[in-house]
Amino acid sequence: MALDSKVPEGPIKDKWTIYKDKINLVNPANKRNIDIIVVGTGLAGGSAAATLAELGYNVKAFAYQDSPRRAHSIAAQGGINAAKNYQGDGDSNYRLFYDTVKGGDYRSREANVHRLAEVSGNIIDQCVAQGVPFARDYGGLLDNRSFGGVLVSRTFYAKGQTGQQLLLGCYSAMNRQIARGKIEMFNRHEMLDVVKIDGKARGIIARNLITGEIERHSAHAVVIATGGYGNVYFLSTNAMGSNATAAWKIHKKGAFFANPCFTQIHPTCIPRSGDYQSKLTLMSESLRNDGRIWVPARIEDAKLIQQGKLKPTEIAEENRDYYLERRYPAFGNLVPRDVASRAAKERCDAGYGVNATGEAVYLDFASAFERYGKEQAKIHGIKNPSKEKIKELGQAIIEQKYGNLFQMYEKIIAENPYETPMMIYPATHYTMGGVWVDYNLMTTVEGLYCIGEANFSDHGANRLGASALMQGLADGYFVLPYTIGDYLSNDIRTGAIPTDTKEFDDAEKEVTDRINFFLNNKGTKSVDHFHKRLGKVMWDKVGMSRNEKDLKAAMAEIKAIREEFWKDVMVPGAANEMNVELEKAGRVADFLELGELFAKDALIRNESCGGHFREESVELDGEQKGEAKRNDKDFAFVSAWEYKGEPADAVLHKEQLEFKDIELKQRSYK
Amino acid sequence: MNLTLKIWRQKDAGSEGQMVDYKVTDISEHMSFLEMLDVLNEQLVNAGEQPVAFDHDCREGICGMCSLYINGEAHGPDRGITTCQLHMRMFKDGETITIEPFRASAFPVIKDLIVDRMAFERIQQAGGYISVNTSGNTQDANSLPISKHAADEAMDAAACIGCGACVATCKNSSAMLFVGAKVSQYALLPQGQIEAADRVKNMVAQMDLEGFGNCTNTGACEVECPKGISLDNIARMNRELMKANL
Repeated sequence: MALDSKVPEGPIKDKWTIYKDKINLVNPANKRNIDIIVVGTGLAGGSAAATLAELGYNVKAFAYQDSPRRAHSIAAQGGINAAKNYQGDGDSNYRLFYDTVKGGDYRSREANVHRLAEVSGNIIDQCVAQGVPFARDYGGLLDNRSFGGVLVSRTFYAKGQTGQQLLLGCYSAMNRQIARGKIEMFNRHEMLDVVKIDGKARGIIARNLITGEIERHSAHAVVIATGGYGNVYFLSTNAMGSNATAAWKIHKKGAFFANPCFTQIHPTCIPRSGDYQSKLTLMSESLRNDGRIWVPARIEDAKLIQQGKLKPTEIAEENRDYYLERRYPAFGNLVPRDVASRAAKERCDAGYGVNATGEAVYLDFASAFERYGKEQAKIHGIKNPSKEKIKELGQAIIEQKYGNLFQMYEKIIAENPYETPMMIYPATHYTMGGVWVDYNLMTTVEGLYCIGEANFSDHGANRLGASALMQGLADGYFVLPYTIGDYLSNDIRTGAIPTDTKEFDDAEKEVTDRINFFLNNKGTKSVDHFHKRLGKVMWDKVGMSRNEKDLKAAMAEIKAIREEFWKDVMVPGAANEMNVELEKAGRVADFLELGELFAKDALIRNESCGGHFREESVELDGEQKGEAKRNDKDFAFVSAWEYKGEPADAVLHKEQLEFKDIELKQRSYK
Repeated sequence: MNLTLKIWRQKDAGSEGQMVDYKVTDISEHMSFLEMLDVLNEQLVNAGEQPVAFDHDCREGICGMCSLYINGEAHGPDRGITTCQLHMRMFKDGETITIEPFRASAFPVIKDLIVDRMAFERIQQAGGYISVNTSGNTQDANSLPISKHAADEAMDAAACIGCGACVATCKNSSAMLFVGAKVSQYALLPQGQIEAADRVKNMVAQMDLEGFGNCTNTGACEVECPKGISLDNIARMNRELMKANL
């Protein structure tokens, strides 16, 4: 099967407009006869469900939580980008497009990204109309801030809770449609399979997580909006329930899975403190605007710190290694996420880590306290302020800017970050890979769509800050509602899809067989036991830094863990009740397959790209010596995998990426 | 640390529940409370028993999924946090910890420590939104200036995570802090003013219908709220309701 991206002809800036003018529409009276299933109700799924219902379709929405308001989009802190140019600093659709393609290390699809930039402004209008309380300036207009990797202020924000407020905005739009009866909401339901009839997606099998009942739901089209698969690492910044099951199940039914190895490792997370740890907490990237990152310059100091015998404040300035400022004088502490993450790992691997596990670096605000303190003393006319006074004044400014983050840190670590530097370490955050979709956001299965983080198209090998929320809402509010209509215009005479067919029987049987297997297996080890082992292989061998030998070993190890899992997993309880272990078992079974494909994808990508450092692909000389080396000649493609049974047997299809409007350039932050 | 846990176990909504004692050992003070429960559950699963069901998801204090009534307090003995942000350093070696679900007749137990907070959903569906078409043809965002003060106040109200601690801790099981926060967000902003009267009337009517009690200004809700939502929001909701009924 040849991959067809269906990118429309014409100049890039006109593609979306021309496309919209030419597609087929569905008459409002006919929309009432068409059903759409949306799985996942975060920013992408929630906005899609609300808009499709608004248009008149019958929407059935599914969420594993008790409410759409709990989706993990809610945890996004920083903001959402839009090319409004309200600040008059030269922003434009083209610049947002350019920054996103460059930031993604030239591995995203140009036409999709341009469309994203085009609709970005509409997102802000829509959210403001819904009552999202974005930050305002004193003139009453919307405020903006700047984020990593760009030269303009285009990030709109609502305190440090932008994701929460945007999600509550689309949640309120959903509530309006639920009240009108246009959305039928299935809370605490999990999709366990997709149903195909004559090659088209026509429904899903879902489990009611309260009663355990297996349900059949039919529709004319199915939309997957279930987020990313970062929990394949066991420890990540994802919510505990975030999983890959829906995306993986559709992969097994014919949807290609693209670039699984593209995972964002975020540099500023609270480090792991012990083996019992269940997840990692992200600290907003904005902290790097004022914090300086360092480790001890002398290995003996590092050892004493690790043993708790020396405090960071006791290490003199000249014995500190501000390694980002040393290596990247132009960008310093503000290098992009991938560069900062890799540099932290390099220092920790060399033995300079600063906590008991040796996996942490310092993020130090002492010089910011001093800088802001001196400025404040001048502003307030304080002559010859004492050191303490300067610190106090400076701390007050930092508290205004990042108070909630400092408090969060103190609650978790029980150390006051105003008195001692924060400890941070990289962690898995967002997955840029996902289900392959064409320009219409349709997968390789007809009538099956995939939007938001669950698809692959817009972020390339590296996601810039404040662009995930943008893509989720762009897909849901403004892209899918057009593209799905074009497809559904052929379905106006189909009528309701019956669920008592062989296809539904077969899919349901597959689901129930698997559930029964788990409950009857009577093994000796818990689901978490296997998940943790998978996570360790993923982090050690398929993490930030990769090589051929380790990747091959990882594939074999994951396969072995998977075989042991199916022999020895134990799931207590019954099928017809709420059973949390059973839910986890199904999800980890899927991660154990996805993990192996992930390693296989990393193995074929013999280039360093985005956050993915391939040890065999480094610059050998010149100014960039030792830095990541991208290889456009051989790897400017999307790897799209076709399921063939075992993950090791998956077949690679390549979508060659074309860069007609943006010149391919090496990124440099020196 | 070694601890004794007294935990409410209840098979499902229709069954009777009871307190059951468990022991956990070697608990690190750096663990979060939910990680301590993970340790207990691993122990139970390894013994072939059903783990304790409890709600949780983001474990970052923002999704509002986690609940738990710990030693008689919603989200346990610390201020301004959710249960997932509670750490074991708040407890002592050898302590007995009592863990119950959020108790309110409008929050029926689903299983063990998990309660059904769908009543909150239905209140929101009764009017907790602005009736704007999601078409993308809305007016330019900056054509509607909003004072910084109003936007900040609306944001403070909108910070509610819908966890239900306010209900759980209230002697009347009142949901007024939750509803007040939502009503306030919209009352403070110019958008959606045209339907303000219907919004507050419908939301309050639904709140009563769900079986939540009334507010007697005890203020326990504000004390236990992880996001510091202020009682002022209840006063504002009452004013909005009066205005709507005039």
